Amino acid sequence: MELTGAQILLESLRREGVEVVFGFPGGAVIDIYDQLPNYPLRHVLVRHEQGAIHAADGYARATGKVGVCLVTSGPGATNTVTGIATAYMDSVPVVIITGQVPTPLIGNDAFQEVDIVGITRSCTKHNYLVKDVRDLSRVIKEAFYLASTGRPGPVLIDLPKDVQTQLTEYKYPKTIKMRSYNPTYAPNPKQVAKVAAVVRRAKKPIIYAGGGVIASEASADLAWLARSFNMPVTATLMALGCFPAEDPLWLGMLGMHGTYAANMAISNADLILAIGSRFDDRVTGKISEFAKNAKIVHIDIDPTSIQKNVPVDIPVVADCKSFLTALRQTLEPTLEAEPAAGLEAWNSKVAAWKVEKPLSYNQEGTVIKPQFVVETISRLTKGEAIITTEVGQNQMWAAQFYAFNRPRSFISSGGLGTMGFGFPAAIGAQMACPDRLVIDVAGDGSIQMCIQELATAVCYNLPVKIVILNNGYLGMVRQWQELFYKKNYCATCLDVAPDFVKLAEAYGAAGFRVTDPAKVESVLAEAFALPRPVIVDVVVDREENVAPMVPAGKSITEMILV
Amino acid sequence: MRHILSILVENEPGVLARVAGLFSGRGYNIETLNVAPTLTEGLSMMTITTVGDEAIIEQIVKQLRKLVTTLKVVDLTDVKSVEREMMLLRVDAEGSKRAEVLRIVDIFRCKVVDVSPDELVLEVTGTQDKLNALVSLLQRYGIKEAARTGAVAMRRGMQE
Ligand SMILES: Cc1ncc(C[n+]2csc(CCOP(=O)(O)OP(=O)(O)O)c2C)c(N)n1
Repeated sequence: MELTGAQILLESLRREGVEVVFGFPGGAVIDIYDQLPNYPLRHVLVRHEQGAIHAADGYARATGKVGVCLVTSGPGATNTVTGIATAYMDSVPVVIITGQVPTPLIGNDAFQEVDIVGITRSCTKHNYLVKDVRDLSRVIKEAFYLASTGRPGPVLIDLPKDVQTQLTEYKYPKTIKMRSYNPTYAPNPKQVAKVAAVVRRAKKPIIYAGGGVIASEASADLAWLARSFNMPVTATLMALGCFPAEDPLWLGMLGMHGTYAANMAISNADLILAIGSRFDDRVTGKISEFAKNAKIVHIDIDPTSIQKNVPVDIPVVADCKSFLTALRQTLEPTLEAEPAAGLEAWNSKVAAWKVEKPLSYNQEGTVIKPQFVVETISRLTKGEAIITTEVGQNQMWAAQFYAFNRPRSFISSGGLGTMGFGFPAAIGAQMACPDRLVIDVAGDGSIQMCIQELATAVCYNLPVKIVILNNGYLGMVRQWQELFYKKNYCATCLDVAPDFVKLAEAYGAAGFRVTDPAKVESVLAEAFALPRPVIVDVVVDREENVAPMVPAGKSITEMILV
Repeated sequence: MRHILSILVENEPGVLARVAGLFSGRGYNIETLNVAPTLTEGLSMMTITTVGDEAIIEQIVKQLRKLVTTLKVVDLTDVKSVEREMMLLRVDAEGSKRAEVLRIVDIFRCKVVDVSPDELVLEVTGTQDKLNALVSLLQRYGIKEAARTGAVAMRRGMQE
């Protein structure tokens, strides 16, 4: 049967199992929108294209499925760039469909023309300009395949308006043939054997998990390894939830704002099992001082991540899940004959670090501490909510004080650090998980970057909660100014801000304000119980800092503790 | 150290931009770049010479392999290979200079590909060193224009 390009796109999305498309229309995609009602796809109309891409990203992070975003050419396309870069840095599978001016006009500076393929070349896993409608179904098939396999990432399809209206015979490819793309999933058995041997020998091992563990759904295998060998576990920001916070082996996050125990343990370890983590500079601190006496095993599906920042003793190119399965198959049969060595000395040392300098704050007096708010959220939701965050202190407090027990429950812009990410991501996560409580832990600065999506949340009855830790500052930058720039608070005081309660109400959402520590719990509980979108504006201590903190360029053992 | 990379890619629009963009975006430097279709339909071969320490070259090679449109990347620096570059030179060859220039043409096995009363256009192929030597020799007669292709390279046969 002959279909138009627009029909081919929508039919192919259906066949890919896409249920939700986050988008915003315009002249260059109007033919697609014209056909949209004929297909079993839910379309979520956002208020800004940045909202669409972050929502698609949040949807993908909450489910592991590919998120889809549809926008028009020119300004619509460029408005997604921040979100594309965000997904790229955090390896999130999304497919972005942008309209483009008709092929005869491409290159003529036509109305609303922009070279989005050129603009996004360095922040997509791959991208396409489809010039011939006969290529379209293959391109879509490839795009979904590329986005979701290997190291996942965003893939963009730029679709000229005339291609959307041209007719061609529709046949959706069943299989993919890409001779130049063959990600490695299975680890080299020799390398696995080497890892098994060092795991057996280690006296002071630590597991350092990254986002790859969550992306490959390897949490259970990770937990088996840690518990079978008594190895303490730390994780990057991206991997929070991959190992339950309630487990005694859990050390908390490491790095710049990581726990004392995690930073001390990794610095004193004799073996680091880095699984799906990439030694980001926020984690390692000063490279030359990082884990000097440890043998480093690095498992990553992306060979470019290995040996990039730190020298590695045993490199393993593999998917984390395949690797952990293989390692388990190697180690498990030997466990009975040769039980794992007790690591009493190491484990008690690690436990001592945990007790010595735990994450802490002081909720006394009449001013609300932001950490207390996060801890209360954690307690009320028993670590079972989906928490998204904005960027800044709010993000770090959420990471530190919420006890995550499940993977895909912490959704945050790690690699790019995108303010404005959390709320639209929460909308995407709530679309994906209608039965779960979704909470955006926000700063008063960040929330103003995509606040217009309140209309989207209200329109689709998405009961997302926004908890603003309102300190009246761009807090994280202010913290740096305080500590490293002699309190020169230049351009970080948000003197003028909207009344967030009224703003919520203006959009048709509910709004609460809390200023009294004694009321925090009851107001949050009330807000969480409401079946509608809510803003809770929590007025917190203005100059509270995130601690511990490793100053940029210092070793991660040189923490400022309070 | 100078490295010669031979990169087999899909012959598609945008592939060159992806490769070049990878270098510029990550702060690597391209010294020469050469690209043309291979005998296999749909594939092109690029030869890129670049400079960097071991760690940088390792990253460059891995990043190039990661591009969805790349089939194969070989660092020819590590294997026995042949390397050639072609150059066209427009040289001043007025009056008495002419005979001397032609003698050099002979010695370097250049070809004269265009003749006019006061200048010659020469074609020469060889290694970068040979081409550089020729340029410095001919400089004194006056080189009016030069066009170089950059290196093309290929591994030698009979390797394990
Ligand atoms: C889009 C964007 N612009 C600027 C920054 C730099 N930045 C990082 S944290 C931060 C402050 C965030 O303030 P707020 O949202 O109020 O959160 P707080 O730190 O107070 O919790 C800024 C400006 C950023 N990360 N993203």
